[in-house]
Amino acid sequence: MFDDFFIRALVAGIGVAFVTGPLGCFVVWRRLSYFGDTLAHSALLGVTMALAFEINIAISIFIISSVIAIILVKLEKNTNLPGDALLGLLAHSALAVGLVVIGFLSFIRFDVMGLLFGDILAVNIDDLIIIWGGGAIILIVLKLIWKPLFASTVNYELAEAEGLNPDRAKAIFTILMAAIIAISIKIVGLLLITGMLIIPTAMARNLSDTPRKMVVYSILGGLLSVLIGLFSSLEFNTPSGPSIIAAALFLFIISLFKIKQTIQLKN
Amino acid sequence: MSKENNILVKLINVGLLRNQKWLVKGVSLTVEKGQIVTLIGPNGSGKSTTAKIAIGIHKNIEGKVEKFTNKIGYVPQKISIDWTLPLRVSDFMVLTENLSDEAINEALSLTGAKHLKHKSLGNLSGGEFQRVLLARAVSKKPELLVLDEPVQGVDFTGEIALYKLIKEISEKLNCGILLISHDLHTVMSATDFVLCLNGHVCCSGTPKDVAMNNEYKVLFGEQASQTLSIYEHKHDHTHSDDGEIKKN
Repeated sequence: MFDDFFIRALVAGIGVAFVTGPLGCFVVWRRLSYFGDTLAHSALLGVTMALAFEINIAISIFIISSVIAIILVKLEKNTNLPGDALLGLLAHSALAVGLVVIGFLSFIRFDVMGLLFGDILAVNIDDLIIIWGGGAIILIVLKLIWKPLFASTVNYELAEAEGLNPDRAKAIFTILMAAIIAISIKIVGLLLITGMLIIPTAMARNLSDTPRKMVVYSILGGLLSVLIGLFSSLEFNTPSGPSIIAAALFLFIISLFKIKQTIQLKN
Repeated sequence: MSKENNILVKLINVGLLRNQKWLVKGVSLTVEKGQIVTLIGPNGSGKSTTAKIAIGIHKNIEGKVEKFTNKIGYVPQKISIDWTLPLRVSDFMVLTENLSDEAINEALSLTGAKHLKHKSLGNLSGGEFQRVLLARAVSKKPELLVLDEPVQGVDFTGEIALYKLIKEISEKLNCGILLISHDLHTVMSATDFVLCLNGHVCCSGTPKDVAMNNEYKVLFGEQASQTLSIYEHKHDHTHSDDGEIKKN
């Protein structure tokens, strides 16, 4: 059944949506969207490393993104630059260095557009294994650190005082962020990954009154976006990564009407 | 908990230096089982900092903290819940520890907040929020309860009731309580030990000299003044505006 490129694309997209839903919630709650962007930009460098040393792209991205995350934490401690300036510095440096390195690798045929915006229709069986295997690991680890991570998201000091070790949870979560970027880059591309994390979650917030509901709706929103995006890209011959994100935006706009209704009911 | 005595946490000459300024310095205190220790002092006198040192939120401190319990309930001074995080009171109650529905109800009833159980945390008033914070801290039956201005935003009568409740909790759970009050004058008569802070320990002692104040009797009635009283004390020094110590 995985012979058809469209089936493979669907299975890949669905796998990614299951993981971006819960992680996206934490990205929104902890205000990490720009952090996600920075890691995604650094993925380009990861891809060039993979091509240069002929290793697996996902693993290479995961390593480079983790390194960038560690550098960020070190810089935060050792400079007085504000967090957003540091993120911008790293994001654009990593992107620029990645593109420069690609220039040196002129002997390799290379699809930059596919990297920037995703190439879900070119997903192969190996990619599927990485997405579903990696995704399962990410979700299991997230489940294990859920309590301290969530508690420290609500209030760091409370979590620390009551012995939940929030620093360790945060460090592990950072690695999970690098991992989700590594496995989803082929689906929506490095410029749109943060959108996949944030937009279904933003929609979910408009419909939820508990954290659990928000996670569930966020997953459902991601799944719907993948389905609508992929089928419409097939129908109208539009680029698939951007179509998925556009579908997510469409769902978000619909969810805004639900808010209006609740506000009217309250008045 | 240490075997030979009931000490829960012991601070020995602790201090915290931030940006070349001592937030607190030279503070020593112990909290024992069943004891209520109250920190008082003006804004910026290091009360919260001292409490945070005691429960290990501040690291890289000077001095030594000996902690003999890990069952800590904490009510922080400030907590803001971001709009992006939909959180009901019942979700908040199980934030750091999974509790049975019964235990949640019991703790919420204790602080008079049971009717808030299914409300969204963002829709609570300041006083309601304090009750929920206190309920959450108590619900896990801690050995050490650290309360950073637990009655802020609570109305006068509610304040007396909450102070009474805190006393009851300390008796019922037989836990130690480290209580912070920004109000220099309002200290519970149930307090076993009072430290007056202003960057350092200005004075401390058992509040046996806590006086029954007539104004409080007038305001809250005879019974209330048994709960609430004034801790009268004199300082042998004053502080200039920048916190420098001036001997009288």
